[in-house]
Amino acid sequence: MSEIDLRITDSTLRDGSHAMGHQFHVDDVRATVRALDRAGVPVIEVAHGDGLGGSSFNYGFSATDEMALVDVAVEEARTAKIAVLLLPGVGTTNHLRAAADRGVRVVRVATHCTEADIATEHFEIARELGLETVGFLMLSHMLDPAALAVQARIMVDAGAECVYVVDSAGALVLDDAGDRVAAIVSAVGDAAQVGYHGHNNLALGVANSVLAYRAGARQIDGATCALGAGAGNSPTEVLAAVFARLGIATGIDLAAILDAAHDVVRPYMKREPTMDRNSVIMGYAGVYSSFLLHAERAGRRYGVPPHKILEEVGRRRYVGGQEDMLIDIAIGMASDTARVAERER
Amino acid sequence: MTRRRVAIVGSGNIGTDLMVKALRSEHLEVAAVVGIDPNSDGLSRARAAGVDASAEGVDWLLTQDPLPDLVFEATSAKAHAANAPKYAEAGVQAIDLTPAAVGPFVVPSVNLVEHLDTPNLNMITCGGQATIPIVAAVSAVVEVPYAEIVASIASRSAGPGTRANIDEFTITTARGVEEIGGAARGKAIIVLNPMEPPMIMRDTVFCALPEEADHEKIARSIEAMVAHVRDYVPGYRLIAEPQFDDPRPEWDGWGRVTVLLEIEGNGDYLPSYAGNLDIMTAAAIRVGEQLARTEGRHGR
Repeated sequence: MSEIDLRITDSTLRDGSHAMGHQFHVDDVRATVRALDRAGVPVIEVAHGDGLGGSSFNYGFSATDEMALVDVAVEEARTAKIAVLLLPGVGTTNHLRAAADRGVRVVRVATHCTEADIATEHFEIARELGLETVGFLMLSHMLDPAALAVQARIMVDAGAECVYVVDSAGALVLDDAGDRVAAIVSAVGDAAQVGYHGHNNLALGVANSVLAYRAGARQIDGATCALGAGAGNSPTEVLAAVFARLGIATGIDLAAILDAAHDVVRPYMKREPTMDRNSVIMGYAGVYSSFLLHAERAGRRYGVPPHKILEEVGRRRYVGGQEDMLIDIAIGMASDTARVAERER
Repeated sequence: MTRRRVAIVGSGNIGTDLMVKALRSEHLEVAAVVGIDPNSDGLSRARAAGVDASAEGVDWLLTQDPLPDLVFEATSAKAHAANAPKYAEAGVQAIDLTPAAVGPFVVPSVNLVEHLDTPNLNMITCGGQATIPIVAAVSAVVEVPYAEIVASIASRSAGPGTRANIDEFTITTARGVEEIGGAARGKAIIVLNPMEPPMIMRDTVFCALPEEADHEKIARSIEAMVAHVRDYVPGYRLIAEPQFDDPRPEWDGWGRVTVLLEIEGNGDYLPSYAGNLDIMTAAAIRVGEQLARTEGRHGR
């Protein structure tokens, strides 16, 4: 494990929660952690898609209490560290303490990319609890590299040991990703590592990850079978193959991760993350990928096309966590449609 | 009618907005504004309005003769924890806009009548003032097993205190949703949005409902409550009719009502997008006015 050049974190059991409508069960988690751990994946993230405490009307209720899932993950992991995600404003330090008590070793604290200072107390408490800390700057495409680096520095000063450029919308195109990573590397120096979390809405998750590595990122996220929000994440098994071909050691056994993808994850997937009209619009318009299923639901409920809802989200610049705004948009579109129909009659 | 003499402690954004509102009230007389920064905009505005202004803090205030009848605390939780015993000893009733929660939670449209004699009243949180009335309106009609609120505010309206203690918002608001709103279980979420021009405060309230709930009656109760709140927060409005959804297995078999609210500030001292700050000061002023109006019955 000490020989790796790049640390991959697998987020199937967290980002994948979005694609699964938060319907993970204990058996899925047990089998996934076992397979990923045996394949040499060093960090495995487990939580509601919107982080600890995310189970809600607004984001979707978890089928299984996330702490029960965390317990199973910790139990199964022999060498992998189990990580959780926490969004200040959704989850609290109480959730963090509960997770630490259960044997979680890494916490990833996520804020919108301009709001790093709301996470200060969470980083401080995580460090007190002896957890490894990672900062997540969500929707990183919304800030230019220099401004993003300022926010990264705030997280590092608060206690983050790594800060991620999180491409929540899958909107970063090649150098957009590399330039952001490079800006943070130069702002934080040796004080912290830099990471990259990609989404495949514009098919660039893996390519951006390679550019992020070249720009100095030393932690990269994937999800097995790409199971994640929107068109999914960079597939962990593809990252393993590509970095192996580039001679960059990840410590992941390619045959074993391909088995995990084929035999364990794919069978329980409810849907294949795909670059369909909705997902491409999200990448193009810069929309938080986990809005996908919510746009589909609001579209069905109010009889409006989901991709039009997502386009409007992009125009209005809503950020992660504002799933309730999709209801506003859908109601507004439905009543506009009704008005037009009335006029034409 | 004699006006009740009030002092405002804290000369920042909230304290200054309180002053503007209090100066307009026919039930309140602003006796003093107290800060700690002699050069603050709040203190100079107070002087310009002919109000006694001091940067000597609460110790100065409590040596004045006569003492104010009522003090609005617009400092920090820590400062209020230190000041509260001093007000109590001096017999000055306190309306606390900080998260200190020394006294009981008060929402003017829901439970103020229970607390007219209470020496220290806490205004909960901005999200609480915006959403608890709706939860209370639903639970007045039907048992609410679970209520959840989502507050979206403009990044520019979230000050350093809020940012450093975001958990305080979610935990305190959730408690208010249960204790004052009447939900068996409450949850609160807050999201900061940095868009320019800044977004006006938006709150969503979700209440779980039993299958047999009377939707018509719930909608009427919500609309009456919105009118009641609008009486003291003019920019408080529904952006659509209450939305009812049938029970679903993934909601534990509950149905749901969704209430979409927008709260535009009055633009007194704070910008109008900051409905979150406006609803706190407007609600606190309403509490002060109620206390003043009932002084005959309850006053010392």
